[in-house]
Amino acid sequence: MLGREEIERKKIKEEGTTVIETGNHAVSLAAKFARADVVAAYPITPQTQIVEEIAKFVENGEMNAKFIRVESEHSAMAACIGASATGARAFTATSSQGLLLMHEMLFAAGGYRLPIVMANVNRSLFPPWNILVEHSDSLAQRDTGWIQFYCASNQEVFDTTIQAFKIAEEVNLPAMVNLEGFIMSHTHMPIELPMQDAVDRFLPRREHLWKLDVDNPGTFGSMSNPEYYVLMRKGIEDAMKEARTKILDVNTEFEREFGRKYEPIECYKCEDAETVIFAMGTIGKESKRAVDELRNEGVKAGVARIRLFRPFPEESIKSIAEGKKIIIFDRDCSFGKGGVLSTEIRSVLDKPASSYVVGIGGLDVPYTTIKKCVERANGQKDEWITEVHP
Amino acid sequence: MKMEDIPKEELVLSGHSACQGCPLTTAMRTVLKALGKRTIMAIPACCSAVIQGMYPNSGVNIPLLNVPFETTAAVCSGIEAGLATQGIDDVNVLGWAGDGGTYDIGIQALSGAAERGANFLYVCYNNEMYSNTGVQRSGATPKHAWTTTTWKGKEEERKDMPSIMVAHNIPYVATASISHPIDLYEKVTKAKSIKGTKYIEILAPCPPGWRFDYSKTIEVAKLAVQTRAWNLYEVENGKYRINATIRRPKPIEDYLKLQQRFKDAVKDTEKVREMQANVDARWQWLEKMVEITN
Amino acid sequence: MIPLSKPKKGASGKTGMWRTEKPVLDKERCTNCLLCWVFCPESAIYRTEDKVEIDYEYCKGCGVCANECARGAIKMEEE
Repeated sequence: MLGREEIERKKIKEEGTTVIETGNHAVSLAAKFARADVVAAYPITPQTQIVEEIAKFVENGEMNAKFIRVESEHSAMAACIGASATGARAFTATSSQGLLLMHEMLFAAGGYRLPIVMANVNRSLFPPWNILVEHSDSLAQRDTGWIQFYCASNQEVFDTTIQAFKIAEEVNLPAMVNLEGFIMSHTHMPIELPMQDAVDRFLPRREHLWKLDVDNPGTFGSMSNPEYYVLMRKGIEDAMKEARTKILDVNTEFEREFGRKYEPIECYKCEDAETVIFAMGTIGKESKRAVDELRNEGVKAGVARIRLFRPFPEESIKSIAEGKKIIIFDRDCSFGKGGVLSTEIRSVLDKPASSYVVGIGGLDVPYTTIKKCVERANGQKDEWITEVHP
Repeated sequence: MKMEDIPKEELVLSGHSACQGCPLTTAMRTVLKALGKRTIMAIPACCSAVIQGMYPNSGVNIPLLNVPFETTAAVCSGIEAGLATQGIDDVNVLGWAGDGGTYDIGIQALSGAAERGANFLYVCYNNEMYSNTGVQRSGATPKHAWTTTTWKGKEEERKDMPSIMVAHNIPYVATASISHPIDLYEKVTKAKSIKGTKYIEILAPCPPGWRFDYSKTIEVAKLAVQTRAWNLYEVENGKYRINATIRRPKPIEDYLKLQQRFKDAVKDTEKVREMQANVDARWQWLEKMVEITN
Repeated sequence: MIPLSKPKKGASGKTGMWRTEKPVLDKERCTNCLLCWVFCPESAIYRTEDKVEIDYEYCKGCGVCANECARGAIKMEEE
């Protein structure tokens, strides 16, 4: 007789199923379904459950992987680099200070052009201590050569993580999937799990283009003259460009296999809108409610939720923004310049846009606040919202 | 074994950019010969990273990953796991770092990997300073030595890194010297046969850093052993064994006076006496450890 | 541009150019003890059937071999 849990597991294996799980568990499940070979990770709130769950998967044999219980996040990424350089599929997860500690190694992973995948649970930065959501941790890694996705539901976290492996391995760049601390990491939402063989079909084993191979020795990271160095750095930029197209192909292939559609920017009522909100993560999702309310009051609003931050989908942004009033929400700040997303979006627009820094340190951002910001936006002002109900 | 049993094939290729008389390439030649071609190596920022030559060429004929300074042992953990998941079990993983990358900035990753029992050999070639950046003091610099950050001589004793590694309860810890190649070769061969984390530290006197003529690299290393300034021993599963028993040690001055980094220290009889007392005490400690653990 | 370089002799050029003094081996005195070979930092001494040879293309002339030769079979001579 099979126990309840075993029946459930068997069912998942054979039919695919819907589970109600947290964002953190969505990540662990995705790493398992993607058949990551090596996971090296270190606990940090609010990511810890990912590490715990993967440890369990590996220990009970559900996941055929090596789990390296490293002594720091810096070593987590170092170990992922070592593993990936041998041709193995490497995965890690972190958050906040952990991601900051990894910073040096993120550049290394990008520079070696290794397809490592990481989940980052967005969290505020110290000091003072705060464990709630903010996008500042991952946006501070903007220039490291990592593909960056920002999710807004647990299903999206699961799906994007699976896709991230495929994209990373096709363009030889590492990829980061961001989910928000507590709002997603600890919130249960339904996740449709696929059948394992469908994931295997979607994500076949792919031989790394370059690796540590005793039968064909080579050296990673030799000293380089500027003449070669510049070409290798340009290679990262070129791969990012290539990723723009590859991501669209992978989205299409994913939709065909699993029936769920993703695009670099998720648009809601943008087409006939006079005002378009740009945001990432759950603020982008909450904005849908604000849009509906505004439309009830006769304001033709829409929201463009940016899922893909690197490579930056600038052409799509331009076309979405054309002829519309633009309002940008940032859950982060580059001190001395303002919202990072605002800065990036403004750089591709030829007109003024309003910018709001909201939800810092996990400050709640209800749709009413978003609505109020839209109502008073004049296209010029940069503003910090420091209250839940301004 | 005899000298002629050391393989002829060179895995450190001629035409690298190490200084004349460099100890690290001598050490690396012997270590790689003992490990063989089926070896993957990780090297942090150090002289060893620079001397390989310029892209697109490499002076090392095995797969090699150059890594950020503090990460050697963590990267080795990953390499080991990556190979294991692919069913590759006949490849040696070697972490190769200087004393800066081992005693100082790399100690956390090394300690973590050793505690986890990662299956790899970590070799520290110890030239007792940051040589690549131009002779700065490290945790391995001996007391009274001149460096470019201790102009009047270092005021502190060095760390006892081999003991720190022994305290991790790893199966094999050994010290070696480039002046004793057969001993080194045998230690690496032994380490290769043991599963788990192995640590070998090789004394590597650096001519420009220690300020002696580059023809005397081996002579200085040999004197370090003969004066007991550097002892050759191994610790296998906690049991200490001395590999070069120095019955009649030469006075420490013989070793110091060859090196300009001690030129001020040797003029001070009190300092020389202190250094002599230190090496004597160290030898007594070593003999005691042999007695206690066997 | 692959981020991987390939093993090659002379990755830093013909380092024999660095030399100001050259080691000269007296094959009569040499007993093939291999000390010079094992200590050479440059892998520039290689073993033949029963003797050693010096590769002057890469020998940097450090003189470690001459200093260590127990038989005095290697002498450093000005270039």
